[in-house]
Amino acid sequence: MLNTLTLKQALDKVSKREVSVSEIYRDVRSAVTKDNETLHIYLSQNDQAEQQAEQSADLPLKGLPIAVKDNFLTKGLPTTASSTVLEGFLSPYESTVTTRLQQAGGVILGKTNLDAWAHGSSTETSQFGRTLNPRNTAHLPGGSSGGSAAAVAADLCLAAIGSETAGSIRQPAAWCGLVGLKPTYGRMSRYGVIAMASSTDSPGPMTKTVEDAALLFNHLAGHDPYDGTTSPQSVPDLTTSLNQSIKGMRIGVIYLDLPGLESIKRIYEKELQVLEQLGAHVEYAQAMDPQYAISVYTVVQRAEVSSNLARYDGIRYGHDRSLFGDEAKRRIMLGTYTLSKGYADQYYNQAQKVRTLFMQDYQKLFESYDVIVSPTSPSFAKKIGASEGGVMFGELEDMLIEPSSIVGTPGINVPCYHDTATNLFLGLNIMAPMWREDLCIKVGHAYEQATNWNTWNHHA
Amino acid sequence: MNKQPIGIPGITMHNTDSTYRLVCGLEIHAELKTKSKMFCGCKNDPFHARQPNMYTCPVCLGMPGALPVANKAAIEWTIKLGLALNCQINLFSKFDRKHYFYPDLPKGYQISQYDLPFCFDGRVDTSEGPVRIRRIHLEEDTGKLLHKTVNGEKVSLIDFNRSSVPLVEIVTEPDIKSASQAKEYAKKIRQILRYLEIADCDMEQGGMRLEANISLIQEQAPADTLPDYKVEVKNINSFRFMEQAIHFEIQRQALELMAGRTPKQETRGWDSTHNTTFPQRSKEDAEDYRYFPDPDLPPIRFSQQQISTLQAQLPELPEALFIRWEKEYLVEPRYASMLVEDKVSADKYEGIFSQLKQQQLDTNKLASMIVNGKLKIKEGESNTQIIASYTAATQTDQVDETEVTTIVQQILEENPDAVARYKAGKREVMGFFVGQTMRKLGKKVDVSQITAIIAPLLK
Repeated sequence: MLNTLTLKQALDKVSKREVSVSEIYRDVRSAVTKDNETLHIYLSQNDQAEQQAEQSADLPLKGLPIAVKDNFLTKGLPTTASSTVLEGFLSPYESTVTTRLQQAGGVILGKTNLDAWAHGSSTETSQFGRTLNPRNTAHLPGGSSGGSAAAVAADLCLAAIGSETAGSIRQPAAWCGLVGLKPTYGRMSRYGVIAMASSTDSPGPMTKTVEDAALLFNHLAGHDPYDGTTSPQSVPDLTTSLNQSIKGMRIGVIYLDLPGLESIKRIYEKELQVLEQLGAHVEYAQAMDPQYAISVYTVVQRAEVSSNLARYDGIRYGHDRSLFGDEAKRRIMLGTYTLSKGYADQYYNQAQKVRTLFMQDYQKLFESYDVIVSPTSPSFAKKIGASEGGVMFGELEDMLIEPSSIVGTPGINVPCYHDTATNLFLGLNIMAPMWREDLCIKVGHAYEQATNWNTWNHHA
Repeated sequence: MNKQPIGIPGITMHNTDSTYRLVCGLEIHAELKTKSKMFCGCKNDPFHARQPNMYTCPVCLGMPGALPVANKAAIEWTIKLGLALNCQINLFSKFDRKHYFYPDLPKGYQISQYDLPFCFDGRVDTSEGPVRIRRIHLEEDTGKLLHKTVNGEKVSLIDFNRSSVPLVEIVTEPDIKSASQAKEYAKKIRQILRYLEIADCDMEQGGMRLEANISLIQEQAPADTLPDYKVEVKNINSFRFMEQAIHFEIQRQALELMAGRTPKQETRGWDSTHNTTFPQRSKEDAEDYRYFPDPDLPPIRFSQQQISTLQAQLPELPEALFIRWEKEYLVEPRYASMLVEDKVSADKYEGIFSQLKQQQLDTNKLASMIVNGKLKIKEGESNTQIIASYTAATQTDQVDETEVTTIVQQILEENPDAVARYKAGKREVMGFFVGQTMRKLGKKVDVSQITAIIAPLLK
């Protein structure tokens, strides 16, 4: 089945005329027909995709089908952020990332489900229904980019685009057993991405392999005059970091000794030996307790959310504010409270100070290590319904990622364990200094090539 | 200095000390005339748009996912304004979000500046004393609501052409002591904005808006004490209305105070039909705008070098021009003050004055003629042409004194009423006699020469 090809494999086969793009579409479409209803991945699908693919035949991505998280504004397809507040909203403009995707010859096959407004780590808070984990449908895909992760895991696309505020790319990638690259904050434009927490939102690729992540990143990253927070510095070609030796690299391991990680600790210890065997110096490093990052992130993110959602005031977009779900309402109220007079110093301003401490902590870590690694999530994918009733579900799930999110550093999830009994995965989070996505790719690819955890690795 | 205590005639006072002085500060908003809007590339021309919402885009409509990018020119202009108003400049500054709900505010917040405005601690001198500038910050304007009846249905429409137009806000300390000082200060701000060529300040259209914070304090209270209440009169769109509003508030608040009540802390509007202020909303509960730094806009850093460059770009401002004209061209202050009013004309006069000086002609005389409307400068007229008409106008024919005397005597006989009025002290009648004499003579004669002949005959 051609839908199980990686992006790179598909590009190679199309170039060599071994397969045609329309054959790939045929297989992708039939997989979507078969599985989408059960898994509930796509909120909208592009029925023009094949025609658009034909027009993109000469472009680098050759018209191949890509899934896009439904918080990227697209002209042709509705954009809802999985909230009924925006149901039926057709954007008059296109996000920078999807514009670049299409300019490179990628075609948006459909828009994928997410936690409403990207608030969550389960995709269960979507107001259009939850997405299931294709690896084991009794389990959650993670979130908020759960739909994009599931689309890749179920081979309902060749690659996907997600966005991460704190874990929303890497955690679902870990739970669904795929690769998710969260670029440095400011590396990929946020223009046309429905804002969640503006100071941490980062779009990024969610792919079958590290190589695909590098490839897609190259087409999407870079300065955008429409986003003042994007960096003007030039973008490295990440594909040059593939197939590189990691011999002599200094790798710091963090968070492995935290309570709650006992059950998975041994697995990681074993996997870290792979990196040592590849010639890297691996050692345990001391990092600031990530539980403080939860506090910082919760305060800052709620504040920004309460502000960013103010524009959905019931006057425009056709729907009333009463349609906001419970999670959005909770965040609006909490954010409004922490920004209020008399409380801002206690909460928002205090959180920003602690954020600075995390930045200094990471800076110090990167003086000693080229990259730092940790488990991506404290657990395997949770069972469906797990997020319900747990208001801090996401924060606990993303605890290991939140420090790097509030700092802005890049990170990649690569599958690092497969449980045959449940068919569920664990992921390794490889974090690099600001603007050094190349190091994530270098270490991630070396590890991926040395192990068998990636389920797409064995395709010829 | 106008420091008269305020007393209300006909009111019985509870105690004899009930005289008050005004404590007033102004907030002036002015739209900058940059080519594009503050945070997007849309054309900044709300007053000349052919139709509503024609200059809009996802950013100024506050669409989902849209992001602001700051207009560099607007920032530089704000700093120039600050330098012109003797302000300190924050080398590190940022934009903040100010939250409130209103249909003309599409994002649910206005991008403004909170604790680090571009400019602070400035000063403007007026004839009634200095007015300290507390801060100047840059923000975006809102859209405009139009309440109309369409097909018999009352509707509110929103025009976003003005949304996100750059807006500076200039805030003073409560240094203003009279309505006339407020007016002088505000006019000065408008003049400087126009001199810098950064704002048109069309007040009728709302391109410049005035807000006065008005309160009264016991006359004998120490100089720096502030009253424990403040009344804000908002959205005043003319200098005259502002003056009237301040006068009205002085009376209203004095009556309250004399009755032993503290005037209510509130926002009021100006009703120009009835010449009164009226309550708009109570400010007893302090508003909470939930300010926080806008994460979409990186902080802005300036070097001292960049500020010096902007300082060097400042044009000569009216105050300096005024002094130099007096020194260099011997133009009297009473004329100079009128002629420096706007920059385009002042630049023109500068050229004429310098040429006159070279030709050793009387510059002050020309200045007086322009001010008195005796010399009209036509559109597109060159300096040489203007000087030619000036010399022609001041050239006088020589007249025979006996001839003039005969004519004057005749005129005096024909106008006994005028003579009587002159003798009763109406000196301005002299102008009438001079005019009559000139007409009969059919010549242009030096006025002082004729006056010299007429005056003794009227004794």
